[in-house]
Amino acid sequence: MKAFATLLDTLVYTTSRNRKLDLIAEYLRETGDPDRGWALAALTGELDFPAVKSSTVRNLMKDRVDPVLWTLSRDFVGDTAETVSLLWPEKDGDAPQNPPTLSETIELLTSLNRNTAPKQLPGLLDQLDANGRFALIKLATGGMRIGISARLAKTAFARAFDVSVEDVEEYWHALTPPYADLFAWAADGGDPPDVSGTPRFRPFMLAHPLEETKVDLAEYAAEWKWDGIRIQIVRVGGETRLYSRSGDDISATFPELLDVLPMDGALDGELLVRGTAQGGEAGGAASFNALQQRLGRKTVSKKMLTEAPAFVRLYDALIIKDEDLREQPWSVRRGALEALFKQLPSSHFDLSHLVEARDFEHLAEIRKGAREDAIEGLMLKRRDSPYIAGRKVGLWYKWKRDPLLIDCVLMYAQRGSGKRSSFYSDYTFGCWDGDPDDGAELLPVGKAYSGFTDAELKKLDKLVRQTTLNRFGPVREVERTLVFEVVFDSVHTSKRHKSGLAMRFPRIHRIRWDKPVHEGDQIEALRALIRD
Amino acid sequence: MTAAPFSWIQPHPWGVHIAPADCWIDPTREVDKALVTHGHADHARGGHGETVATPETLAIMELRYNTREGATPVQYGETIRLPGGVDATYIPAGHVLGSAQILLEHAGERVVITGDYKRRADPTCAPFEVTPCDIFITEATFGLPVFVHPPIADEMAKLLKALTDNPDQCVLVGAYALGKAQRVIAELRTAGHAQPIYLHGAMEKMCRLYQEHGVDLGELRLVADHAKDDMRGSIIIAPPSAMNTTWSRRLPNPITAMASGWMRVRGRARQRGVELPLIISDHADWNELTQTIDDVNPHETWITHGREEALLRWCELSQRRARALALIGREDEDD
Repeated sequence: MKAFATLLDTLVYTTSRNRKLDLIAEYLRETGDPDRGWALAALTGELDFPAVKSSTVRNLMKDRVDPVLWTLSRDFVGDTAETVSLLWPEKDGDAPQNPPTLSETIELLTSLNRNTAPKQLPGLLDQLDANGRFALIKLATGGMRIGISARLAKTAFARAFDVSVEDVEEYWHALTPPYADLFAWAADGGDPPDVSGTPRFRPFMLAHPLEETKVDLAEYAAEWKWDGIRIQIVRVGGETRLYSRSGDDISATFPELLDVLPMDGALDGELLVRGTAQGGEAGGAASFNALQQRLGRKTVSKKMLTEAPAFVRLYDALIIKDEDLREQPWSVRRGALEALFKQLPSSHFDLSHLVEARDFEHLAEIRKGAREDAIEGLMLKRRDSPYIAGRKVGLWYKWKRDPLLIDCVLMYAQRGSGKRSSFYSDYTFGCWDGDPDDGAELLPVGKAYSGFTDAELKKLDKLVRQTTLNRFGPVREVERTLVFEVVFDSVHTSKRHKSGLAMRFPRIHRIRWDKPVHEGDQIEALRALIRD
Repeated sequence: MTAAPFSWIQPHPWGVHIAPADCWIDPTREVDKALVTHGHADHARGGHGETVATPETLAIMELRYNTREGATPVQYGETIRLPGGVDATYIPAGHVLGSAQILLEHAGERVVITGDYKRRADPTCAPFEVTPCDIFITEATFGLPVFVHPPIADEMAKLLKALTDNPDQCVLVGAYALGKAQRVIAELRTAGHAQPIYLHGAMEKMCRLYQEHGVDLGELRLVADHAKDDMRGSIIIAPPSAMNTTWSRRLPNPITAMASGWMRVRGRARQRGVELPLIISDHADWNELTQTIDDVNPHETWITHGREEALLRWCELSQRRARALALIGREDEDD
C-alpha cells in the first residue's frame, strides 16, 4: 500500500504526461503480483466497491471531528478524501507499523458490505499514514481524479514492458483484475493471454486529415464519413459486444444490437439512430443530436428503443466467422463485407456506400455538394491497405467538409456572466503539440462559449465540477477527458497563445462525449489550416 | 471613575492601538509611533515617526524598507515604559530572526500580542516563550485542524532524496526571502548537507544579515555568478515569485519545490505547479495554536488573522472566551 500511495501522491504533483507514464511504468516494473495488477485496475477505473461511498467515509468523521470544524476544513481543502486523510486522528507516537499491502487492502474492501464497511474501515485507516489514507479512500470510493485516464495507464503498461499498446488494448477486455496473464506475457515473457473465447476489442484503424494531398482514385476508394459514433461490433461464441473508439464496452447502452449478428465476427461501422431528419438515398439517419440522447446511458427505456432505434452503417470487416481479414487488402475485405451484408438483418445494418467519381476533381465537387448534416466529409481508403491499428500515413485519409473543423480537448472552464453566472460556460481547449502517445502535451488554442444547448451546458457544467483539478479564481482546470469538435472561420498565427495560433470565431460544433482525448487533433493540423 | 477593563487596548483594521500611549502595534499605515513584532511586510513598514522593535528586526527593516530614522531598539526581556503608564516587554516568538511577542501591562492588566509565532525549534531564531496574561492576541494563519506540520527532518529528507535521485537536475526551492529561506538552509546544514547552496539575487542580502547575526548558513553562492552546469545536483533557493519566471530558465532542468505550510493541501501545491511540496512553516500549526492557548491559559483570546473561524470554534468547544479581530492586509500566501 505504501508504494501505491507514494505513486498516487507523486502523480498528483506531476503535470508532464511523459513523466506520468514513466512513474507508472516504473511502479509496474518494480512491484510484484498481484499488487501491480490491482494498481493497474485502480488506475484504469476497473475497480468498484459498492459498499464504500463517499458518504460512508464522511459519516466516519462524524464521531471523530466536530461538525463545524469538519465543514470549515472540507471547504478549505475542497476534496472529501483528502480532508478525511488529513483529519483522521492518529495514534500518538511513531508512524503506523506494518501497513497492509495493496492486495490485502483490496481483499478487505471486496469483502465489505454496507453494514460491515463502517466497522472495518476505521481499523484500516488506523494502519496507514496520511498519504496511505488518501490512497485508500480514493481507491475505495472510486474515481481517482488525479488526471490519469485508462488509456494513459495502458500506455504506461506498454512502456513498462516494451509491448505495443494496441496489443494491450486487444487483450484488455478479455481479462480481469489483477491481470495475471497480461503481466505473465508482457513482464515475464510468457505466452500471450488466451483471449480467443471472448468478444474482445480490436484497436481501430484511423485516418489522417487529407490537407493538401491529392490522391489517385485508381488507388483510393471514397466513401462518406458519417456523423455518428464509430463502433466495433464483435461476436464470439454467440456473445456480442459493442466497443467505442476508446475501447469502452458500450453494449449495455444499445441492447437492440446484441442479438442481431447471425455469425461470429468483428465489424467496423458507424452507429446511427433512425430518424427523419436526413432522408434521401443514403440516409435514414437522424441527426447526431438524436443519437446523443442515447449515449452514456446504463439502462434504456422501451420508449427510447422505439423512438430512436440504433443501427450500424458498416465500413469494414475485420473478422468474419473464423477468418481474420485484417491482413487482407481493403478491396478484399470490402468484397467480403458486401457479401456478408446480404445475410444481415436490414433493420439493424446497412452499408456505407462508396462514392463514385470520375477523378479527384469530380470527387471534390461531390464533396462540396454534400449538405446533409449526417455527412462529416469523405473518407479515402487505399484499396490495398490492410486493417492496421492506429493511424498510418498514406493508407486512410479523412477529408472533412468545410467550414474549418478541428477536434480539441477541454482544458479549462470559466464561469459565465449574467444568466450563466453559476455555470462554467466558457471553455478553453487545446491541441496536442505532438503525438499524445509519445508524451505530447496539450497547448491551449482557443476559447468558446457557444454552440451547445442549455441541456448540454448543464451536462458540461457538471462534468467541469466533477473533474476539476485546480481552481484559479473563476477558472477551473479540468481533467483532460472531453473532446470538442470546434468549428471556426479562420486561424492565424498569434503571439498571444503559447501554441502560436489564434482562431477566429470558434464555437463548439459538437461535443464528442465518445471520443478519447488522445485522438484530439495536433497543433500541426490546425497550423495547416492557416490561410494568411 | 475607572475605565472599563481593557478599554486602553483597541483593535482597528489597520493595527492595534494602545490608547494611553497613542502608539500602534504592527500598523499597516504610517503612524507617529509603532511597536513592531517582526520584519515581514504585513507587520512592518517604513514611514513611522518612531519604530520600537528588537535590534534584529530594526536591522531587517533598515535593509528592506530603508528605515533609519526614529529606531528604538529593545532587547528580548527588556521592558520599556510608554507614555500613559503602559509597560511593553519584548519576548521571543520563534517566528523569524528578531521576532517578538509584545507583553503590555497597564493598570494591573496584562495583554500579550504574539505577532506571528511557532513552537518548533528553529536554528535561526530564539524560541517562543509562554507568557501568562489576561488577554492573549494570537495569529491563526494555519487555524484549521488539517494543518499539522510534519517534523522538519522528514521534509529535509524528502528534499535531499530528490537531489540524490536526480543528479543531473537541480532542486529549486521556493521560500520566503525573510526567515523561511534561512531556516531551510540552516536545517539543510543540520541534516549534513555541506555543498554550496545557490541563491536568487533577492535572497543575498538577507542571508548575509542572518550570517552577521551569527546564524551559520555554510557556503552560499549566487546563481547569477555560475554556469548552468555548475548547479547540477545542487539546491537553489528563490523567492516563490521568481519560480515560474524566465529567471528559472538559467537553471539546469529544475525540480520545483516549495517550502510552505500550505503544501499540506494538495490543491494548493498543484495550483502553483509544485512538484515537490515541502511542508515547512514558520507559523504555529493547529496543534501548536491550541496547545499555546492552553499553555498561556488567558482570560480571553483575541484572534487576529488567518482562519479565525475554526480557532474560535475550538475556543467555544473548550469553553474559552474568544473573539475575532478583523485586521486587514495580514495574509501571507508564501508562508
